[in-house]
Amino acid sequence: MTYQTFADLGGEGGDCGFGRVLPEPEGELFHAAWEPRALAVTLAMGATGSWNIDASRGARETLPGYRALGYYEVWITGLERLLRERGLVQADELAAGRMLHAALPVARVLRAADVPQVLAKGAPTERPATTAARFKVGQRVRTQAAPAAHHTRLPGYARGRCGTVERVHGAHVFADAHARGLGESPQWLYTVVFAGTELWADAAPGLTVSVDAWEPYLDTVA
Amino acid sequence: MATHEHPDHHEHHDNHSELGPMDLRVRALESVLTAKGYIDPAALEVLIDTYQTRIGPRNGARVVARAWADPVFRERLLRDVGSATSAIAELGYGGRQGEQMLVVENTPQQHHLVVCTLCSCYPWPVLGLPPAWYKSAAYRSRAVKDPRGVLADFGVALPQGTEVRVWDSTAELRYMVLPLRPAGTESMSEEQLAALVTRDSMVGAGLALAPGTAP
Repeated sequence: MTYQTFADLGGEGGDCGFGRVLPEPEGELFHAAWEPRALAVTLAMGATGSWNIDASRGARETLPGYRALGYYEVWITGLERLLRERGLVQADELAAGRMLHAALPVARVLRAADVPQVLAKGAPTERPATTAARFKVGQRVRTQAAPAAHHTRLPGYARGRCGTVERVHGAHVFADAHARGLGESPQWLYTVVFAGTELWADAAPGLTVSVDAWEPYLDTVA
Repeated sequence: MATHEHPDHHEHHDNHSELGPMDLRVRALESVLTAKGYIDPAALEVLIDTYQTRIGPRNGARVVARAWADPVFRERLLRDVGSATSAIAELGYGGRQGEQMLVVENTPQQHHLVVCTLCSCYPWPVLGLPPAWYKSAAYRSRAVKDPRGVLADFGVALPQGTEVRVWDSTAELRYMVLPLRPAGTESMSEEQLAALVTRDSMVGAGLALAPGTAP
């Protein structure tokens, strides 16, 4: 599938069809009572180790009607999908709102007392590199043009474009493999910067845009 | 900042006696997961409290104020991912969704704006949970194409000659902007400086407040 983002939709320049951005005061975190519950239940289930963050993003972003769903609605729909796919919860239980089948074992259960240390630890993605980096700072590279047939993190607007390696970040867990259950498969990660005009025909002068791209997304410029 | 508008779908549901379909759905899910022993309900309360009261943009504001006040700290904050992450950790911030931090500095020559067009990646330990606008289709579609148009929605007009750099957070690096220090703040304490640092300014969607305008 081509990995489309909102930025790939709509016309050029500011004409994206989603209207203007609506600023909000700093204290306004949630807009309905269920939203903090959705956040917490998603984080707590993530902590069980039943899937990784890339699988979780993959489940959300390939939901039918993804773009029409609200943000935490995506989280909950994605969570229900992961739970069903792994047999942790069955569809009839979601409909009934109660347990109808035996629980399956999970690797961990996040206890209240452990929350601060689990959040403080996070999940760093840098891994020891086992190969030399293929690209160096300042090098011109071209991003992969062909669409990926799986979860990926190269946005559509940056496919098949020429940019410059600006930073080399070491080897990191490769989202494309990790999301598919193929292990961490660490790959070198680069910040690649593009001239705005390389991405958008009518880009304003002085615009540059960067993405963080794993090595398999990149090739040399002939 | 200009007045804040609220889209229609942002109704508040403070009256718990009128539960909507999403309230019922999340409540049902919580019940099933608790009954199966997958989640500890007490952990949910701690998670919610953490992001409502402990982890938010005042953390990032303290990082910015320290960088404005201490040139050595500023240099370390801007050097690279490892150095920025450890400088921020000295102030007690790090972990989930901020494991690898990169801080970029606004200058009169170049303004930085952070977005995640793919989902809504955001530096939680320093800025807390992302605001609704950061997660919106409008922001995620326009930030990479028309950042000056987005800034105009925030009431910000950059000088004509200022270059704009947009950082799309497509991997697990998380970005924070070090805003320009406002003029007339030379004698201020770190605490006074931090009060000038808005959340939006640390995403690049706003500017730090001028002295005397902080709420």
